Amino acid sequence: MKTAENALIRIFNVSKHYASKPALINISLDIFKNEFVFLSGPSGAGKSTLLKILYLGEGITDGQVLVDGMNIARIPKQRAHVLRRKVGIIFQDYKLIPGKTVFQNIALVLEAKGLGQRFIQKKVHSVLRTVGMEDRKTSYPLSLSGGEQQKVAVARAVVGEPKIILADEPTGSLDIDAAKTIFELLTTFHQRGATVLFATHDKALIRNTQHRVIFLKQGRIQA
Amino acid sequence: MISLFIKKALRDLNGNRFLNAITIVTIGLSILIISSFALFFLNTNALLNSWKKGIRVLVYLEQDATEANRLDLRYQIQQMAGIQDILFVSKDAALDRLKQQMQSQSALLENLKNNPLPDAFEVRIVDTSRELKKVAVLAEKIASLPQVEEVEYGQHFIARFSHVISIFKFVGYAMGGLFFIATLFIIANTIRLVLYSRKEEIEIMRLVGATDRFIKAPFYIEGLILSALGSMVGLVTLFTAYCAVLSKFQASLSLEMFKIQFLSLDQIFLFLAGSMLVGWMGCYLSLKQFLKS
Repeated sequence: MKTAENALIRIFNVSKHYASKPALINISLDIFKNEFVFLSGPSGAGKSTLLKILYLGEGITDGQVLVDGMNIARIPKQRAHVLRRKVGIIFQDYKLIPGKTVFQNIALVLEAKGLGQRFIQKKVHSVLRTVGMEDRKTSYPLSLSGGEQQKVAVARAVVGEPKIILADEPTGSLDIDAAKTIFELLTTFHQRGATVLFATHDKALIRNTQHRVIFLKQGRIQA
Repeated sequence: MISLFIKKALRDLNGNRFLNAITIVTIGLSILIISSFALFFLNTNALLNSWKKGIRVLVYLEQDATEANRLDLRYQIQQMAGIQDILFVSKDAALDRLKQQMQSQSALLENLKNNPLPDAFEVRIVDTSRELKKVAVLAEKIASLPQVEEVEYGQHFIARFSHVISIFKFVGYAMGGLFFIATLFIIANTIRLVLYSRKEEIEIMRLVGATDRFIKAPFYIEGLILSALGSMVGLVTLFTAYCAVLSKFQASLSLEMFKIQFLSLDQIFLFLAGSMLVGWMGCYLSLKQFLKS
Protein backbone atom coordinates (compact mmCIF):
# COMPACT_ATOMS: atom_id res chain seq x y z
CA MET A 1 0.00 0.00 0.00
CA LYS A 2 1.33 3.41 -0.96
CA THR A 3 1.23 5.49 2.22
CA ALA A 4 3.56 8.20 3.49
CA GLU A 5 5.11 5.65 5.88
CA ASN A 6 6.03 3.48 2.93
CA ALA A 7 7.73 6.30 1.02
CA LEU A 8 11.46 5.74 0.71
CA ILE A 9 12.09 9.02 -1.07
CA ARG A 10 10.02 12.12 -0.28
CA ILE A 11 10.50 15.29 -2.27
CA PHE A 12 8.69 18.44 -1.10
CA ASN A 13 8.49 21.56 -3.28
CA VAL A 14 12.05 21.20 -4.49
CA SER A 15 13.55 23.82 -6.78
CA LYS A 16 17.04 23.92 -8.18
CA HIS A 17 18.61 26.85 -9.97
CA TYR A 18 21.94 26.94 -11.79
CA ALA A 19 23.01 30.59 -11.53
CA SER A 20 19.68 32.18 -12.44
CA LYS A 21 18.50 29.38 -14.74
CA PRO A 22 15.92 27.02 -13.16
CA ALA A 23 16.60 23.29 -13.58
CA LEU A 24 13.79 22.06 -11.31
CA ILE A 25 10.73 24.03 -10.30
CA ASN A 26 8.62 23.15 -7.29
CA ILE A 27 8.85 19.36 -7.57
CA SER A 28 6.90 17.25 -5.07
CA LEU A 29 7.07 13.50 -5.28
CA ASP A 30 6.96 10.29 -3.20
CA ILE A 31 8.72 7.11 -4.26
CA PHE A 32 7.73 4.03 -2.35
CA LYS A 33 9.62 1.00 -1.07
CA ASN A 34 10.29 -1.62 -3.77
CA GLU A 35 8.78 0.61 -6.46
CA PHE A 36 10.16 0.81 -10.01
CA VAL A 37 9.72 4.33 -11.32
CA PHE A 38 10.63 5.73 -14.71
CA LEU A 39 11.68 9.34 -14.79
CA SER A 40 11.14 10.46 -18.32
CA GLY A 41 11.30 13.59 -20.39
CA PRO A 42 13.40 15.26 -23.06
CA SER A 43 17.06 16.22 -22.60
CA GLY A 44 17.41 19.17 -20.23
CA ALA A 45 14.13 18.40 -18.48
CA GLY A 46 15.85 18.02 -15.12
CA LYS A 47 15.98 14.21 -14.78
CA SER A 48 19.71 14.02 -14.04
CA THR A 49 19.51 17.02 -11.72
CA LEU A 50 16.82 15.30 -9.68
CA LEU A 51 18.89 12.11 -9.40
CA LYS A 52 22.02 14.12 -8.49
CA ILE A 53 20.11 15.75 -5.66
CA LEU A 54 19.16 12.32 -4.34
CA TYR A 55 22.79 11.13 -4.11
CA LEU A 56 24.13 14.48 -2.88
CA GLY A 57 25.81 15.28 -6.17
CA GLU A 58 23.98 18.62 -6.12
CA GLY A 59 22.39 20.76 -3.44
CA ILE A 60 18.88 22.17 -3.64
CA THR A 61 17.89 25.80 -3.88
CA ASP A 62 14.55 25.37 -2.14
CA GLY A 63 12.36 22.66 -0.60
CA GLN A 64 13.10 19.45 1.30
CA VAL A 65 14.17 15.93 0.39
CA LEU A 66 14.02 12.87 2.62
CA VAL A 67 15.84 9.72 1.53
CA ASP A 68 15.14 6.72 3.76
CA GLY A 69 14.26 9.15 6.54
CA MET A 70 17.40 11.29 6.12
CA ASN A 71 16.94 14.97 5.40
CA ILE A 72 19.61 15.47 2.76
CA ALA A 73 19.97 19.20 3.46
CA ARG A 74 21.21 18.29 6.95
CA ILE A 75 23.82 15.76 5.89
CA PRO A 76 27.28 17.32 6.21
CA LYS A 77 29.75 16.66 3.39
CA GLN A 78 31.88 14.33 5.51
CA ARG A 79 28.79 12.18 6.26
CA ALA A 80 27.68 11.90 2.61
CA HIS A 81 28.92 8.28 2.52
CA VAL A 82 26.16 7.24 4.94
CA LEU A 83 23.52 8.16 2.36
CA ARG A 84 25.53 6.96 -0.62
CA ARG A 85 25.81 3.48 0.88
CA LYS A 86 22.02 3.23 0.80
CA VAL A 87 22.05 4.14 -2.89
CA GLY A 88 23.51 2.40 -5.94
CA ILE A 89 24.15 4.73 -8.85
CA ILE A 90 24.37 3.87 -12.54
CA PHE A 91 25.55 6.50 -15.03
CA GLN A 92 25.14 6.79 -18.76
CA ASP A 93 28.95 7.02 -19.14
CA TYR A 94 29.45 4.06 -16.72
CA LYS A 95 32.05 5.88 -14.57
CA LEU A 96 34.23 2.82 -14.12
CA ILE A 97 37.83 3.29 -12.97
CA PRO A 98 39.97 2.47 -16.04
CA GLY A 99 43.03 1.43 -14.01
CA LYS A 100 41.10 -1.21 -12.07
CA THR A 101 39.85 -4.57 -13.30
CA VAL A 102 36.17 -5.43 -13.47
CA PHE A 103 36.51 -7.29 -10.18
CA GLN A 104 38.36 -4.42 -8.48
CA ASN A 105 35.80 -1.86 -9.68
CA ILE A 106 32.98 -3.81 -8.06
CA ALA A 107 34.94 -4.81 -4.94
CA LEU A 108 35.70 -1.13 -4.24
CA VAL A 109 32.15 -0.59 -2.92
CA LEU A 110 32.56 -3.33 -0.32
CA GLU A 111 36.15 -2.38 0.52
CA ALA A 112 34.96 1.16 1.25
CA LYS A 113 32.54 -0.34 3.76
CA GLY A 114 35.45 -2.09 5.47
CA LEU A 115 34.22 -5.62 4.75
CA GLY A 116 36.51 -8.64 4.85
CA GLN A 117 38.28 -9.92 1.74
CA ARG A 118 36.70 -13.37 1.92
CA PHE A 119 33.20 -11.92 1.96
CA ILE A 120 34.12 -9.48 -0.83
CA GLN A 121 35.41 -12.32 -3.05
CA LYS A 122 32.23 -14.30 -2.55
CA LYS A 123 29.85 -11.39 -3.01
CA VAL A 124 31.55 -9.94 -6.10
CA HIS A 125 31.64 -13.35 -7.80
CA SER A 126 27.98 -13.83 -7.05
CA VAL A 127 27.04 -10.45 -8.57
CA LEU A 128 29.29 -11.03 -11.57
CA ARG A 129 27.49 -14.31 -12.17
CA THR A 130 24.11 -12.57 -12.02
CA VAL A 131 25.11 -9.96 -14.61
CA GLY A 132 26.89 -12.57 -16.73
CA MET A 133 30.36 -11.07 -16.49
CA GLU A 134 32.17 -13.65 -14.37
CA ASP A 135 34.50 -14.62 -17.21
CA ARG A 136 35.58 -10.97 -17.67
CA LYS A 137 36.49 -10.26 -14.04
CA THR A 138 40.18 -9.67 -14.78
CA SER A 139 39.48 -7.45 -17.81
CA TYR A 140 39.90 -3.70 -17.69
CA PRO A 141 36.86 -1.54 -18.48
CA LEU A 142 38.26 -0.05 -21.68
CA SER A 143 38.64 -3.52 -23.20
CA LEU A 144 34.89 -4.13 -22.81
CA SER A 145 31.98 -3.14 -25.06
CA GLY A 146 29.54 -0.44 -23.91
CA GLY A 147 26.96 -3.01 -22.92
CA GLU A 148 29.51 -5.01 -20.92
CA GLN A 149 30.75 -1.89 -19.17
CA GLN A 150 27.20 -1.01 -18.20
CA LYS A 151 26.69 -4.53 -16.84
CA VAL A 152 29.75 -3.98 -14.64
CA ALA A 153 28.33 -0.62 -13.55
CA VAL A 154 25.06 -2.35 -12.63
CA ALA A 155 26.99 -4.98 -10.68
CA ARG A 156 28.86 -2.23 -8.84
CA ALA A 157 25.60 -0.44 -8.05
CA VAL A 158 23.94 -3.53 -6.56
CA VAL A 159 26.85 -5.31 -4.87
CA GLY A 160 26.37 -3.36 -1.64
CA GLU A 161 22.67 -4.34 -1.61
CA PRO A 162 21.42 -0.75 -1.57
CA LYS A 163 17.80 0.07 -0.84
CA ILE A 164 17.65 2.41 -3.81
CA ILE A 165 19.09 2.16 -7.33
CA LEU A 166 19.39 5.44 -9.19
CA ALA A 167 19.94 4.85 -12.90
CA ASP A 168 20.73 7.97 -14.90
CA GLU A 169 20.11 7.18 -18.59
CA PRO A 170 21.76 3.74 -18.19
CA THR A 171 20.72 2.67 -21.69
CA GLY A 172 21.41 6.01 -23.36
CA SER A 173 24.65 4.90 -25.02
CA LEU A 174 23.69 1.30 -25.75
CA ASP A 175 22.21 -0.56 -28.71
CA ILE A 176 18.73 -2.08 -28.41
CA ASP A 177 19.86 -5.53 -27.27
CA ALA A 178 22.31 -4.22 -24.68
CA ALA A 179 19.70 -1.73 -23.43
CA LYS A 180 17.20 -4.58 -23.06
CA THR A 181 19.72 -6.62 -21.05
CA ILE A 182 20.40 -3.73 -18.69
CA PHE A 183 16.69 -3.12 -18.23
CA GLU A 184 16.16 -6.80 -17.46
CA LEU A 185 18.99 -6.77 -14.95
CA LEU A 186 17.48 -3.79 -13.16
CA THR A 187 14.12 -5.56 -13.17
CA THR A 188 15.81 -8.59 -11.55
CA PHE A 189 17.29 -6.48 -8.76
CA HIS A 190 13.96 -4.70 -8.34
CA GLN A 191 12.32 -8.08 -7.86
CA ARG A 192 14.92 -8.86 -5.22
CA GLY A 193 13.71 -5.88 -3.20
CA ALA A 194 15.43 -2.73 -4.49
CA THR A 195 13.62 0.50 -5.24
CA VAL A 196 14.59 1.66 -8.73
CA LEU A 197 14.44 5.16 -10.14
CA PHE A 198 15.23 4.89 -13.83
CA ALA A 199 15.80 8.12 -15.75
CA THR A 200 15.42 7.77 -19.51
CA HIS A 201 14.31 9.67 -22.57
CA ASP A 202 13.84 6.40 -24.49
CA LYS A 203 10.12 6.26 -25.27
CA ALA A 204 10.34 2.62 -26.39
CA LEU A 205 11.29 1.55 -22.88
CA ILE A 206 8.28 3.14 -21.23
CA ARG A 207 5.68 2.62 -23.95
CA ASN A 208 4.09 -0.55 -22.59
CA THR A 209 5.42 -0.52 -19.06
CA GLN A 210 3.31 -1.34 -16.03
CA HIS A 211 5.64 0.76 -13.81
CA ARG A 212 4.89 4.31 -12.76
CA VAL A 213 6.24 6.91 -15.17
CA ILE A 214 6.96 10.49 -14.10
CA PHE A 215 7.32 13.00 -16.94
CA LEU A 216 9.51 15.99 -16.49
CA LYS A 217 9.50 18.95 -18.85
CA GLN A 218 11.47 22.15 -18.36
CA GLY A 219 11.98 21.32 -14.70
CA ARG A 220 8.34 20.64 -13.89
CA ILE A 221 6.37 17.40 -13.42
CA GLN A 222 3.82 16.97 -16.20
CA ALA A 223 0.43 15.64 -15.23
CA MET B 1 41.93 -2.72 6.28
CA ILE B 2 45.50 -1.48 6.79
CA SER B 3 46.87 -4.25 4.58
CA LEU B 4 44.39 -3.15 1.91
CA PHE B 5 45.63 0.45 2.19
CA ILE B 6 49.27 -0.69 2.01
CA LYS B 7 48.48 -2.81 -1.06
CA LYS B 8 46.74 0.14 -2.73
CA ALA B 9 49.63 2.46 -1.87
CA LEU B 10 52.21 0.03 -3.28
CA ARG B 11 50.14 -0.44 -6.44
CA ASP B 12 49.91 3.34 -6.89
CA LEU B 13 53.64 3.80 -6.25
CA ASN B 14 54.37 1.16 -8.87
CA GLY B 15 52.02 2.89 -11.30
CA ASN B 16 53.88 6.23 -11.10
CA ARG B 17 57.42 4.89 -11.02
CA PHE B 18 59.17 7.80 -12.76
CA LEU B 19 57.56 10.54 -10.68
CA ASN B 20 58.16 8.60 -7.47
CA ALA B 21 61.78 7.87 -8.34
CA ILE B 22 62.41 11.60 -8.85
CA THR B 23 60.72 12.35 -5.53
CA ILE B 24 62.80 9.75 -3.70
CA VAL B 25 66.06 11.07 -5.18
CA THR B 26 65.15 14.69 -4.35
CA ILE B 27 64.24 13.80 -0.77
CA GLY B 28 67.44 11.73 -0.60
CA LEU B 29 69.52 14.76 -1.63
CA SER B 30 67.88 16.95 1.01
CA ILE B 31 68.48 14.34 3.69
CA LEU B 32 72.06 13.88 2.47
CA ILE B 33 72.81 17.59 2.87
CA ILE B 34 71.17 17.87 6.30
CA SER B 35 72.76 14.66 7.60
CA SER B 36 76.18 15.75 6.25
CA PHE B 37 75.94 18.83 8.42
CA ALA B 38 74.87 16.70 11.38
CA LEU B 39 77.83 14.38 10.84
CA PHE B 40 80.18 17.35 10.60
CA PHE B 41 78.93 18.76 13.93
CA LEU B 42 79.11 15.39 15.55
CA ASN B 43 82.75 14.94 14.63
CA THR B 44 83.90 18.52 15.23
CA ASN B 45 82.23 18.41 18.64
CA ALA B 46 83.89 15.09 19.38
CA LEU B 47 87.21 16.55 18.28
CA LEU B 48 86.73 19.58 20.50
CA ASN B 49 85.80 17.35 23.42
CA SER B 50 88.85 15.18 22.89
CA TRP B 51 91.02 18.31 23.02
CA LYS B 52 89.23 19.44 26.12
CA LYS B 53 89.81 16.02 27.69
CA GLY B 54 93.52 16.36 27.17
CA ILE B 55 93.53 19.91 28.42
CA ARG B 56 96.46 20.87 30.68
CA VAL B 57 97.16 24.18 32.32
CA LEU B 58 100.74 25.34 31.96
CA VAL B 59 101.81 27.70 34.72
CA TYR B 60 105.00 29.61 33.77
CA LEU B 61 106.97 30.95 36.71
CA GLU B 62 108.84 34.20 36.94
CA GLN B 63 112.61 33.97 36.27
CA ASP B 64 113.52 34.92 39.83
CA ALA B 65 111.27 32.36 41.53
CA THR B 66 113.18 30.48 44.24
CA GLU B 67 112.88 26.86 45.36
CA ALA B 68 110.82 28.03 48.36
CA ASN B 69 108.53 30.04 46.07
CA ARG B 70 108.01 26.98 43.92
CA LEU B 71 107.08 24.74 46.83
CA ASP B 72 104.73 27.38 48.18
CA LEU B 73 103.12 27.86 44.76
CA ARG B 74 102.74 24.12 44.26
CA TYR B 75 101.05 23.86 47.65
CA GLN B 76 98.66 26.70 46.86
CA ILE B 77 97.68 25.23 43.46
CA GLN B 78 97.21 21.80 45.02
CA GLN B 79 94.69 23.26 47.48
CA MET B 80 92.48 24.49 44.65
CA ALA B 81 89.41 22.48 43.63
CA GLY B 82 89.57 20.36 40.48
CA ILE B 83 93.32 19.68 40.46
CA GLN B 84 94.28 16.11 39.56
CA ASP B 85 98.08 16.36 39.75
CA ILE B 86 100.93 18.80 39.27
CA LEU B 87 104.15 18.10 37.46
CA PHE B 88 107.12 20.44 37.75
CA VAL B 89 108.93 21.00 34.45
CA SER B 90 112.24 22.73 34.98
CA LYS B 91 113.55 25.14 32.33
CA ASP B 92 116.24 22.57 31.39
CA ALA B 93 113.69 19.77 31.02
CA ALA B 94 111.53 22.10 28.92
CA LEU B 95 114.50 22.85 26.63
CA ASP B 96 115.23 19.13 26.25
CA ARG B 97 111.58 18.50 25.37
CA LEU B 98 111.70 21.31 22.80
CA LYS B 99 114.85 19.86 21.25
CA GLN B 100 113.17 16.48 20.98
CA GLN B 101 110.13 18.02 19.32
CA MET B 102 112.25 20.01 16.85
CA GLN B 103 114.25 16.87 15.93
CA SER B 104 116.59 17.76 13.04
CA GLN B 105 116.14 21.47 13.58
CA SER B 106 117.27 21.19 17.20
CA ALA B 107 120.73 22.33 16.15
CA LEU B 108 119.32 25.83 16.04
CA LEU B 109 119.03 25.73 19.82
CA GLU B 110 122.70 24.70 20.33
CA ASN B 111 123.96 28.26 20.02
CA LEU B 112 121.80 29.62 22.79
CA LYS B 113 123.92 31.17 25.56
CA ASN B 114 121.09 31.16 28.09
CA ASN B 115 118.03 28.98 28.36
CA PRO B 116 115.16 31.44 27.59
CA LEU B 117 112.46 29.06 28.79
CA PRO B 118 110.90 29.53 32.23
CA ASP B 119 110.32 26.92 34.90
CA ALA B 120 106.74 25.69 34.78
CA PHE B 121 104.10 23.57 36.40
CA GLU B 122 102.01 21.30 34.22
CA VAL B 123 98.66 21.10 35.98
CA ARG B 124 96.24 18.29 35.09
CA ILE B 125 92.59 18.73 35.89
CA VAL B 126 90.06 16.18 37.12
CA ASP B 127 87.43 14.99 34.55
CA THR B 128 84.56 16.90 36.11
CA SER B 129 86.35 20.25 35.87
CA ARG B 130 87.43 20.02 32.23
CA GLU B 131 84.74 22.36 30.94
CA LEU B 132 86.23 25.40 29.29
CA LYS B 133 84.54 27.84 31.67
CA LYS B 134 85.74 26.01 34.78
CA VAL B 135 89.27 25.79 33.39
CA ALA B 136 89.21 29.52 32.65
CA VAL B 137 88.20 30.32 36.25
CA LEU B 138 90.91 28.03 37.60
CA ALA B 139 93.52 29.53 35.26
CA GLU B 140 92.58 33.01 36.39
CA LYS B 141 92.96 32.01 40.05
CA ILE B 142 96.39 30.53 39.39
CA ALA B 143 97.46 33.57 37.40
CA SER B 144 96.69 35.79 40.38
CA LEU B 145 99.18 33.92 42.59
CA PRO B 146 102.60 35.53 43.22
CA GLN B 147 105.58 34.36 41.15
CA VAL B 148 103.29 33.31 38.27
CA GLU B 149 104.38 34.89 35.01
CA GLU B 150 101.70 33.47 32.69
CA VAL B 151 99.05 30.76 32.50
CA GLU B 152 98.30 29.01 29.24
CA TYR B 153 95.82 26.23 28.30
CA GLY B 154 95.17 26.67 24.55
CA GLN B 155 92.28 29.00 25.31
CA HIS B 156 92.66 31.12 22.18
CA PHE B 157 92.65 28.16 19.83
CA ILE B 158 89.74 26.39 21.53
CA ALA B 159 87.68 29.59 21.68
CA ARG B 160 88.27 30.25 17.98
CA PHE B 161 87.46 26.64 17.07
CA SER B 162 84.28 26.75 19.17
CA HIS B 163 83.30 29.96 17.42
CA VAL B 164 83.76 28.37 13.97
CA ILE B 165 81.68 25.38 15.06
CA SER B 166 78.88 27.61 16.29
CA ILE B 167 78.83 29.45 12.94
CA PHE B 168 78.59 26.13 11.12
CA LYS B 169 75.89 25.05 13.53
CA PHE B 170 73.88 28.16 12.70
CA VAL B 171 74.31 27.59 8.95
CA GLY B 172 73.34 23.94 9.50
CA TYR B 173 70.13 24.87 11.31
CA ALA B 174 69.25 27.42 8.62
CA MET B 175 69.87 24.89 5.83
CA GLY B 176 68.02 22.22 7.78
CA GLY B 177 65.01 24.54 7.97
CA LEU B 178 65.19 25.33 4.25
CA PHE B 179 65.47 21.69 3.25
CA PHE B 180 62.66 20.80 5.63
CA ILE B 181 60.40 23.22 3.76
CA ALA B 182 61.73 22.05 0.38
CA THR B 183 61.09 18.38 1.21
CA LEU B 184 57.64 19.25 2.51
CA PHE B 185 56.73 20.92 -0.78
CA ILE B 186 58.27 18.18 -2.90
CA ILE B 187 56.12 15.56 -1.20
CA ALA B 188 53.05 17.79 -1.18
CA ASN B 189 53.46 18.42 -4.91
CA THR B 190 54.04 14.76 -5.75
CA ILE B 191 50.89 13.77 -3.90
CA ARG B 192 49.02 16.69 -5.49
CA LEU B 193 50.05 15.53 -8.98
CA VAL B 194 48.86 12.02 -8.20
CA LEU B 195 45.61 13.39 -6.79
CA TYR B 196 44.94 15.44 -9.92
CA SER B 197 45.77 12.50 -12.18
CA ARG B 198 43.22 10.44 -10.23
CA LYS B 199 40.61 13.10 -9.71
CA GLU B 200 37.91 11.14 -11.51
CA GLU B 201 38.74 7.96 -9.63
CA ILE B 202 38.46 9.77 -6.31
CA GLU B 203 35.12 11.24 -7.36
CA ILE B 204 33.86 7.75 -8.25
CA MET B 205 35.09 6.41 -4.91
CA ARG B 206 33.10 9.11 -3.16
CA LEU B 207 29.99 8.28 -5.19
CA VAL B 208 30.15 4.60 -4.22
CA GLY B 209 30.23 5.52 -0.53
CA ALA B 210 33.93 5.74 0.32
CA THR B 211 34.76 7.90 3.31
CA ASP B 212 37.46 10.57 3.13
CA ARG B 213 39.52 8.38 5.47
CA PHE B 214 39.31 5.48 3.01
CA ILE B 215 40.43 7.76 0.17
CA LYS B 216 43.19 9.47 2.16
CA ALA B 217 44.82 6.47 3.87
CA PRO B 218 46.71 5.06 0.83
CA PHE B 219 48.06 8.54 0.05
CA TYR B 220 49.41 8.91 3.57
CA ILE B 221 51.07 5.52 3.26
CA GLU B 222 52.54 6.58 -0.11
CA GLY B 223 53.93 9.76 1.48
CA LEU B 224 55.45 7.78 4.35
CA ILE B 225 57.00 5.21 2.01
CA LEU B 226 58.41 7.91 -0.33
CA SER B 227 59.95 9.89 2.54
CA ALA B 228 61.32 6.76 4.24
CA LEU B 229 62.91 5.55 0.99
CA GLY B 230 64.23 9.07 0.30
CA SER B 231 65.87 9.31 3.70
CA MET B 232 67.36 5.82 3.28
CA VAL B 233 68.86 6.86 -0.06
CA GLY B 234 70.34 9.98 1.60
CA LEU B 235 71.71 8.11 4.62
CA VAL B 236 73.17 5.24 2.58
CA THR B 237 74.91 7.77 0.30
CA LEU B 238 76.28 9.54 3.37
CA PHE B 239 77.51 6.25 4.83
CA THR B 240 79.25 5.37 1.55
CA ALA B 241 80.94 8.78 1.50
CA TYR B 242 81.87 8.35 5.17
CA CYS B 243 83.52 4.98 4.48
CA ALA B 244 85.44 6.47 1.57
CA VAL B 245 86.66 9.41 3.67
CA LEU B 246 87.53 7.12 6.57
CA SER B 247 89.68 4.79 4.50
CA LYS B 248 91.48 7.73 2.88
CA PHE B 249 92.05 10.13 5.76
CA GLN B 250 91.83 8.34 9.10
CA ALA B 251 95.40 7.03 8.90
CA SER B 252 96.84 10.39 7.89
CA LEU B 253 94.94 12.22 10.63
CA SER B 254 96.75 10.09 13.26
CA LEU B 255 94.60 11.38 16.08
CA GLU B 256 95.03 8.99 18.95
CA MET B 257 92.14 10.25 21.04
CA PHE B 258 89.78 10.94 18.18
CA LYS B 259 88.16 8.63 15.64
CA ILE B 260 85.88 9.89 12.86
CA GLN B 261 82.47 8.47 13.71
CA PHE B 262 79.18 7.94 11.86
CA LEU B 263 75.69 8.82 13.10
CA SER B 264 74.48 6.60 15.93
CA LEU B 265 71.48 4.27 15.45
CA ASP B 266 69.35 6.70 17.44
CA GLN B 267 70.35 9.56 15.16
CA ILE B 268 69.68 7.49 12.03
CA PHE B 269 66.27 6.60 13.41
CA LEU B 270 65.66 10.29 14.15
CA PHE B 271 66.42 11.21 10.53
CA LEU B 272 64.13 8.45 9.29
CA ALA B 273 61.31 9.45 11.64
CA GLY B 274 61.80 13.16 10.87
CA SER B 275 61.68 12.51 7.14
CA MET B 276 58.53 10.39 7.52
CA LEU B 277 56.94 13.12 9.58
CA VAL B 278 57.65 15.57 6.77
CA GLY B 279 56.14 13.04 4.31
CA TRP B 280 53.03 12.81 6.42
CA MET B 281 52.76 16.60 6.64
CA GLY B 282 53.19 16.96 2.86
CA CYS B 283 50.30 14.54 2.33
CA TYR B 284 48.21 16.32 4.90
CA LEU B 285 48.66 19.66 3.12
CA SER B 286 47.79 18.27 -0.32
CA LEU B 287 44.85 16.17 0.79
CA LYS B 288 43.36 18.92 2.90
CA GLN B 289 43.41 21.30 -0.03
CA PHE B 290 42.30 18.72 -2.62
CA LEU B 291 39.43 17.09 -0.74
CA LYS B 292 38.05 20.47 0.22
CA SER B 293 37.56 21.31 -3.44
